[in-house]
Amino acid sequence: MTSQAGTEEGTQVSRRKLFGLAGAGVALAGAGAAAGVGFDRLGGDTPAAAATSKVDFHGEHQAGIVTPAQPNLHFAALDVTTKDAKKLRELLRTWTAAARRMTAGEEVGPNGALAGSAQAPPDDTGEALDLPASDLTLTIGFGPSLFDDRFGLAAKRPPQLIDLPAFPKDKLDPARSGGDLCIQACANDPQVAVHAVRNLVRLGFGVTEVRWSQLGFGRSSSTSRSQQTPRNLFGFKDGTNNVKAEDTDVLRDQVWAQAGDGQAWMAGGTYLVARRIRMHIETWDRETLAGQEQIVGRTKGSGAPLGQTGEFDQVDLQVGGAGGTPLIAEDAHIRLASRQTRKGVQILRRGYNFVDGSDGVGHLEAGLFFLAFNRDTRTQYVPMQQVLSSKDAMMEYLQHTGSAHFAIPPGLTPTSNWGDGLFA
Amino acid sequence: MPQFRKTSTAVLTSLGALVALTACDSTNSASGPSGAAAGGPIKVEASDTACSVSATTAAAGNLTFEIANKGTKVTEFYLYAEGDRIMGEVENIAPGLNRRLIVEVPDPGKYQTACKPGMAGNGIRGDFTVTGGAQGQSNASAQKTAATKSYATYVENNSSALETETAKFVAAVKAGKVDEAKAEYARTRVFYERIEPVAEKFGDLDPSIDAREADVEPGQQFTGFHRLEKDLWTTGLKPDSPQIADKLLTDVKALVAKTKTLQLSVLDLANGAKGLLDEVATKKITGEEETFSHTDLWDFQANLDGSKGAIAALRPILQERDATLVSTLDKEFANVQGLLDKTRSGDGFKYYNELSQDQIKAFASAVDALSEPLSKVAEVVAR
Repeated sequence: MTSQAGTEEGTQVSRRKLFGLAGAGVALAGAGAAAGVGFDRLGGDTPAAAATSKVDFHGEHQAGIVTPAQPNLHFAALDVTTKDAKKLRELLRTWTAAARRMTAGEEVGPNGALAGSAQAPPDDTGEALDLPASDLTLTIGFGPSLFDDRFGLAAKRPPQLIDLPAFPKDKLDPARSGGDLCIQACANDPQVAVHAVRNLVRLGFGVTEVRWSQLGFGRSSSTSRSQQTPRNLFGFKDGTNNVKAEDTDVLRDQVWAQAGDGQAWMAGGTYLVARRIRMHIETWDRETLAGQEQIVGRTKGSGAPLGQTGEFDQVDLQVGGAGGTPLIAEDAHIRLASRQTRKGVQILRRGYNFVDGSDGVGHLEAGLFFLAFNRDTRTQYVPMQQVLSSKDAMMEYLQHTGSAHFAIPPGLTPTSNWGDGLFA
Repeated sequence: MPQFRKTSTAVLTSLGALVALTACDSTNSASGPSGAAAGGPIKVEASDTACSVSATTAAAGNLTFEIANKGTKVTEFYLYAEGDRIMGEVENIAPGLNRRLIVEVPDPGKYQTACKPGMAGNGIRGDFTVTGGAQGQSNASAQKTAATKSYATYVENNSSALETETAKFVAAVKAGKVDEAKAEYARTRVFYERIEPVAEKFGDLDPSIDAREADVEPGQQFTGFHRLEKDLWTTGLKPDSPQIADKLLTDVKALVAKTKTLQLSVLDLANGAKGLLDEVATKKITGEEETFSHTDLWDFQANLDGSKGAIAALRPILQERDATLVSTLDKEFANVQGLLDKTRSGDGFKYYNELSQDQIKAFASAVDALSEPLSKVAEVVAR
């Protein structure tokens, strides 16, 4: 989207280049060598231009959190099926190497989809061959259940990584909840995101199994001021007041775990709450425009808070209409979720719309896959959701059907691996 | 549980104002953003010493003021009726900011605008005249009064039956007569489900009477019909079941007393009629409401009755303004009723868990077909 303006097709298509070279190699000189050349060339190939469509895999924090939200998501929660901690640690190393390559637009393994033995299944599943890196980010997390007695990690469990409490009106499906690990893949192209998760899952067979997964399209929040505010499936702009990548002070206070927060290995990490929120689209569509605006607390067109004129005008919870009644109702979504009402507490949202077909009685199985990052779920997400679940007028049209919580470890250097802090 | 939104009367008033406003937009072909009153917004330029208002007269209805603070002090803007009664206000307008105030002024007469630089004192006042409003309204308003009166009677009849039936249900629970209490349960709830949008106006009573177990907030006790439903069908009566039963009766009595004082508008009726069907779509068609007893179809029928009751009260208005809508509603109401009739069993209905997937799907589809035209009713009566 806007984040990759100015890129040129030719320079961003690393997989396609590789494909061309590998194809030529098969014909001329033998596959393995050609693929090697391809990767080498890639490394020295006008890095500045190529980087415009790639997100750096390394950094103080994992990519995919404050990275300008890409339009597509494939999220997977996995359970670890082995009891051998060594195997798990080895898989995390394998995943790191694969993720390093895929986020750079390379195939998952050196032989890729085409250059290996014709008598063996390909290294890479191949469906992303002609596609650029597409701003792919891969973000990994550890669920509370990973810290049980299987791997000797109990003492490493951060106090912030609680088992989420029950929230009023939840109708959670165990087949869409929980998980020892999670992989969040975000990309400009859905096929690239799906490819990445599919290949990591494949590398994990025998050590992990997928517990549930979710596809998302149409990011429903912005994580950067460079982005326009998108609309959710209710047709409203979503995430106007989200914490943005540019708000570095707020991120430090509200999103990034600090060394003194409980577990030093989590410093620079954060905590992810994932909630699958089914929307009752059909009944919402029968709500009057005024009613919809009243429930949200914003106008549907510009997204301005009620009583204001522009989308980014400051929300004024005091502004009164007839008889002095607040224009933003007591049970309006933005009043209950606002920073003022929440006493300064904020979270970084990174949600996606989803449509999983229909539900068997002719209604869309659709909604918002809510992903939010915060520094301490106990004091940020949980109290906010308790209030929303019990008071938000919008709850009439929502049902939370899946729920999970993960500790997102800090970012990596070019030589470190996921799990290093955990198993140190 | 209560699907219908819990809103205070005050909020509903302003919702009503906004609904009327939307209607204004569509009939006046205003191309502005939603929320702009007919004739466009009235501009207010506020400084530290002046309060210039671009128009000093307007027709009755929803007025939109757009206030620009060009001064150096934080300011406020008010519209007062005679006697300094506040019609609308915007506080805390920082220098350089623009704010919008939408205010419903149904009655013609003399009003005053005021800017308050520094947010203190009487402000810089100006006269403001609201014209029209009364003429041509009397017939419509008589019709509306008749509609709300007729619906009030419906509510009164059902709430008095609710009190009587609840007393019988509670007596059976307290006497430990499980079978009798079970038989009484679904019968009693009919009267609640018929007037649910009204019940839900009383924010604390409705959860106490009708919350599902999943809706109970942390630290809150699970009480009311569904708690006793669980006791009767799943866990067996508990030591505190009689107390829960007593509390239910007390709550129901309080609710019935309150319904007598409630002032409803025609928009409340229209939105209630639609809300009852939404309730069916999200809670009865999924079998969620009566998790333990599976008597969802009794509630379904009652929601349908309640919706019909509200539409019946509005019928004269609707017939005059949109006869096609009325015949569509009649047809779709009959269609849903026809499906329900096929599930009758004895003097009640089949249990929800006895329905086939095809039956559930047929219900969902018929409810959608009815809910669509029902969602148009508010706009028609708001005209």
